[in-house]
Amino acid sequence: MADASSSTRGDLRIVNVTKSFGDFTAVDDLTLTIPEGSFFALLGPSGCGKTTTLRMVAGLEEPTQGSIHIGTTDITHSRPYQRPVNTVFQNYALFPHLSIYENIAFGLRRRGIKDVKEAVDKILNLVELPHLAQRKPLQLSGGQQQRIALARAIVNRPALLLLDEPLGALDLKLRRQMQIELKWIQTEVGITFVHVTHDQEEAMTMADTIAVMNEGKVEQMGTPADLYDNPKTAFVANFLGQSNLIEGRIEGNDGDNHVVDVFGQKIKINKNRSHAKDSSVLAGIRPEKIRIQPAGTAMSGNVLTGGVISDASYIGVSTQYQIEMPWKQELMVFEQNDDGVPPLEKGDPVTLSWEPVFTFALDGREDAFAGSEVHADEE
Amino acid sequence: MRITWWFRKNLIRVYMVLGFTYLFIPVAYTFAFSFNNGGKSNLVWKGFTLGNWQNPCGAPDVCLALGNSIRVGLISTVAATFLGTLIAFALGRHQFKGRSTTNTLIFLPMATPEVVLGASLLAMFLNLGINPGFWPVVIAHVMFCISFVVVTVKARIASLDPRLEQAAMDLYANEFQTFRKVTLPLVAPGIAGAALLAFSLSFDDFIITNFNSGTLTTFPKFVYVASARGIPPQANVIGSAMFFLALFIVIAGQLVSRRKAR
Repeated sequence: MADASSSTRGDLRIVNVTKSFGDFTAVDDLTLTIPEGSFFALLGPSGCGKTTTLRMVAGLEEPTQGSIHIGTTDITHSRPYQRPVNTVFQNYALFPHLSIYENIAFGLRRRGIKDVKEAVDKILNLVELPHLAQRKPLQLSGGQQQRIALARAIVNRPALLLLDEPLGALDLKLRRQMQIELKWIQTEVGITFVHVTHDQEEAMTMADTIAVMNEGKVEQMGTPADLYDNPKTAFVANFLGQSNLIEGRIEGNDGDNHVVDVFGQKIKINKNRSHAKDSSVLAGIRPEKIRIQPAGTAMSGNVLTGGVISDASYIGVSTQYQIEMPWKQELMVFEQNDDGVPPLEKGDPVTLSWEPVFTFALDGREDAFAGSEVHADEE
Repeated sequence: MRITWWFRKNLIRVYMVLGFTYLFIPVAYTFAFSFNNGGKSNLVWKGFTLGNWQNPCGAPDVCLALGNSIRVGLISTVAATFLGTLIAFALGRHQFKGRSTTNTLIFLPMATPEVVLGASLLAMFLNLGINPGFWPVVIAHVMFCISFVVVTVKARIASLDPRLEQAAMDLYANEFQTFRKVTLPLVAPGIAGAALLAFSLSFDDFIITNFNSGTLTTFPKFVYVASARGIPPQANVIGSAMFFLALFIVIAGQLVSRRKAR
């Protein structure tokens, strides 16, 4: 019998794991270390291999190759019930024939613990639903079922809690609330949470570290701010928020900066944020970092002139502009409505500028739209 | 004008009443004539009596036949439900070579005419040197009940979310505990339904039984034989009692499942 409370503790290490279903490779030579006690998110579009990875950690799938460890224990081939791992399933998978109390007590009883009342009551208080103990799962709302699923898992004090799109079935408002609550509970219980989601906002709100997955591989791993400000690939730049990616060529260096020519205009990109393989680059800038002024205004930093507003939508806190550039590319600009100046209008000629530190550079051979379509589909 | 309007509004109800009348007239007739003071022949109404209900075994051999039917039914039900449930789990939960063929073959006994089944079984038993009687009837009943059990239980298994079993395993239940604590309780209503179906099929069967029973009398056989000289009202009493028992089980089942869901 697995002893979830003591022996197996430590980082989760996934080492060179590959999982194939017939000809299809769901997870491709994945290596990942998830530190003990962290809130870790596996983020990616559907079919990127994140759920398969989770199921291999849970023991519901067996890796074709590679190994999985918790601390020093190899759990690659142990049965699901032998692992100090519990899962919050996507549709909760609460046992419909058992009361809420018995659902939560299920794992404790299977491990031979006789006196479960104290632990169950405590966890019901933690999720603030002690009054529902004697109900059946189908009598609960979606949000309540979600909390019970969480309670049923963490009452076992696993080394690792896996969450498979746990908030996917909830409406937006409830999802926001649960995001904050999940983060709070994780801090409270101190268990390592591994959270699988396709929702970038959800991942960024909760996780300390995010691994962005695409086609069975990790594209990039880091803190939310890292990934957002310094994406290494076009997929990450587009999947996490939105990016303007402009083709350019490195012409030379100026101190810590590359000088990049974009369609005849010069901009600077900090070398720390350059992931270029040679002189051909995609210069990246987030829409909210760009300032927009009527054409002719003198501006500092990286400046691009010759744009014309092709679309402007006022959405309260900000105005979103589409700017058509002389090289026929549409750039996005989000401008805060905080200066009392009426928004610019469609057809206005404009100049764009931003601080050079906000620019990042990607390998010029990348598909500038990678990751943007999948994102639109999922939302 | 007002009558056509009323009809238009209530057409569906009128239709329903007619439909149920059609369905229940034979049952009502059987029930009514169980109170007939008709003696041995129960063809014409000769006056009301409770005597038949007070003494349902009053007609010669009727309760002997009933006892045989219940024994055959119970043994066949237990055997067919057990075997059929195992087959249903194999078909519904596992991938193996010949699975789809098995799926088709399971339907075959349901589609074969009973007369043919009965006659072939008799020929087979005689060739094997087994004389018609109690056990050949049981074997025949188990055979044709299994298909119905498999179909019923398999439908229930198909509607079961596999994630529930995965969740159980995730919560430290091994394969056997998962089956006992999660799978079986959730499939149980299907198994119970299959058992009821098997029993009523077995209890009801005349054709296959008639071929293979030899001197053994079952309740349907008794009624068939008796019909030549007039069915005793005790047969109506037993028939009505079976009907009400079945009705009671169905209603009780509904109430229990509704209580559980709440």
